[in-house]
Amino acid sequence: MTDATMSSITAPPPPAAGRRSPIGSVLIHAGLIAASFAMLYPLLWMVSASVRPEDEIFSSTTLWPSSVDFSPYVRGWFGLDVSFGRFTWNSLVIAGLTVIGNVIACSLAAYAFARLRFAGRNFWFAMMLGTMMIPYHVTLIPQYVLFLDLGWVNTILPLVVPKFLASDAFFIFLMVQFFRGIPRELDEAAMMDGCGPWRIYWKIMLPLSLPVLATAAIFSFIWTWDDFFGPLIYLNDMNTYTIQLGLRTFVDSSSTSDWGGLFAMSTLSLVPVFFFFLFFQRLLIEGIATTGMKR
Amino acid sequence: MAAVQDSAMAVGRGAQARPAAQGRFAALWTKHGAGYMFLLPWLVGFFGLTLGPAVASLYLSFTSFDLIRSPEWVGAANYVRIATADPKFAASLKVTFLYVVLSVPFKLAFALLVAILLNRGIKGLTVYRAIFYLPSLLGGSVAIAVLWRQLFAGDGLINSLLAQVGIEGPSWISHPDYSIWTLVVLSVWQFGSPMIIFLAGLRQIPTDMYEAASLDGASKFRQFYKITLPLLTPVIFFNAVVQTIEAFKAFTPAFIISGGTGGPINSTLFYTLYLYQEAFGNFRMGYASALAWILVLIIGLFTAFSFLTSRYWVHYDD
Repeated sequence: MTDATMSSITAPPPPAAGRRSPIGSVLIHAGLIAASFAMLYPLLWMVSASVRPEDEIFSSTTLWPSSVDFSPYVRGWFGLDVSFGRFTWNSLVIAGLTVIGNVIACSLAAYAFARLRFAGRNFWFAMMLGTMMIPYHVTLIPQYVLFLDLGWVNTILPLVVPKFLASDAFFIFLMVQFFRGIPRELDEAAMMDGCGPWRIYWKIMLPLSLPVLATAAIFSFIWTWDDFFGPLIYLNDMNTYTIQLGLRTFVDSSSTSDWGGLFAMSTLSLVPVFFFFLFFQRLLIEGIATTGMKR
Repeated sequence: MAAVQDSAMAVGRGAQARPAAQGRFAALWTKHGAGYMFLLPWLVGFFGLTLGPAVASLYLSFTSFDLIRSPEWVGAANYVRIATADPKFAASLKVTFLYVVLSVPFKLAFALLVAILLNRGIKGLTVYRAIFYLPSLLGGSVAIAVLWRQLFAGDGLINSLLAQVGIEGPSWISHPDYSIWTLVVLSVWQFGSPMIIFLAGLRQIPTDMYEAASLDGASKFRQFYKITLPLLTPVIFFNAVVQTIEAFKAFTPAFIISGGTGGPINSTLFYTLYLYQEAFGNFRMGYASALAWILVLIIGLFTAFSFLTSRYWVHYDD
């Protein structure tokens, strides 16, 4: 989609297409509020289940607990042989390195595609788009064999190193689109002044691209934080588990015994994503509207 | 360009061939080198992590390979077995198609309906939009799948709600007829991101078209069918393709809700879950590679089919 979309999505809403009676307006709002409540109800119920007495979890459909008790958070945190502190730390390290890798490697490639002229550029650009279409299942097994041979299984390397090789082509595409919108006169003027491509990339492109870099960073973080499949395959030692793997182990080990602890840890695992939602909502929504991201 | 010609002439002068060759290299480097330097990380990844593995996977799909012994060439045996003698493959394909066919239309219908309501210039648009988008952002996590497992359990929240109106619900997740529906509901609950794309598309439709239609006396209903829907078909097409491909690749919810088994009676055995079981449960890496290539084939055929049929229903204003 075009730049027009990007500005229009956050611009004030257009005037209503036709006049509406006040009653119609009230009905629409009533419907939307009811729908909003239905959407949020499971989430709110989970948060309330994480602090309510255990016997209420399976009997109460209300959102307000009869008494508030934070002990499930403590029970859940230490509910497995390895604490959730460790899982959270592991998740943060992987997600943090992924953000750095994606921002650096994808912006380098995007700069080359958007601005530099070199033989085969269009060919490689087409290849890059092609990699976005291929389901990762095709490369999964040979990659696993490769990382196994390198001795990387049970370390974070298989999850992090590919990001430094710009394996998330989607972000390259996102950045190329943005870089193309930066006026070429800026780099041409810099070139006249004797700036090489590195300086132009570092001093002009990156500082002007903070919105797209932030969007890529936030989505990298959220997707990596939520990722289950990668850690499931590569991390088998509980000390290396991410928070998602920890949750899964928790379900399997105590599904019938400690629902309070399970919901406490589930709620906790959503906090970082919720934080980004709260503070960077505009970037997220623009990112989706302009590129059609899946989530 | 001039530099390249200069160095080419220098090569012709024979005596200075060696320094001239260096000159030509330097010229080529100045012209193309920077591009390749910037592209280097991606190029390494492309060959090492995408192209190489894809070729290797194609090879492995014709072998029997258990990670311990070297791959043993078996010809098309994997594919033959998949096509003729693998009831779990058939079951997983059926479950996956069912999931795609049930979840994508409902999800897109909800997304479009809510987007149209929100696009009527109502107050509080940004708040509603944010609320409806939140499940899309959170929905892929294990926490939400865990929550879903409780919601649709025999003694879960949904049945508690149903009990209040006098209905005794089954254990949704452990009944083979209903378990897939819990996953469909989870997917539809995440209609927020296609909704945002629909909203962006609706904003692109010029309002004067509606004004002209109103003046001509066209009803709201007629305006929707004659203006909104046709002009939105490119966005509907885009959303349908993206969501369908995503649905084919879904994994986490089925894994968590069924505890990794795809049960009860294979009723939540998503294709990707079966592939995972074969590769990392049974270590049949060759067989799983063949399954992966069949998935690519299915997604590729579906995409090609969508693009071929799109010209009959997608309206491009050019």
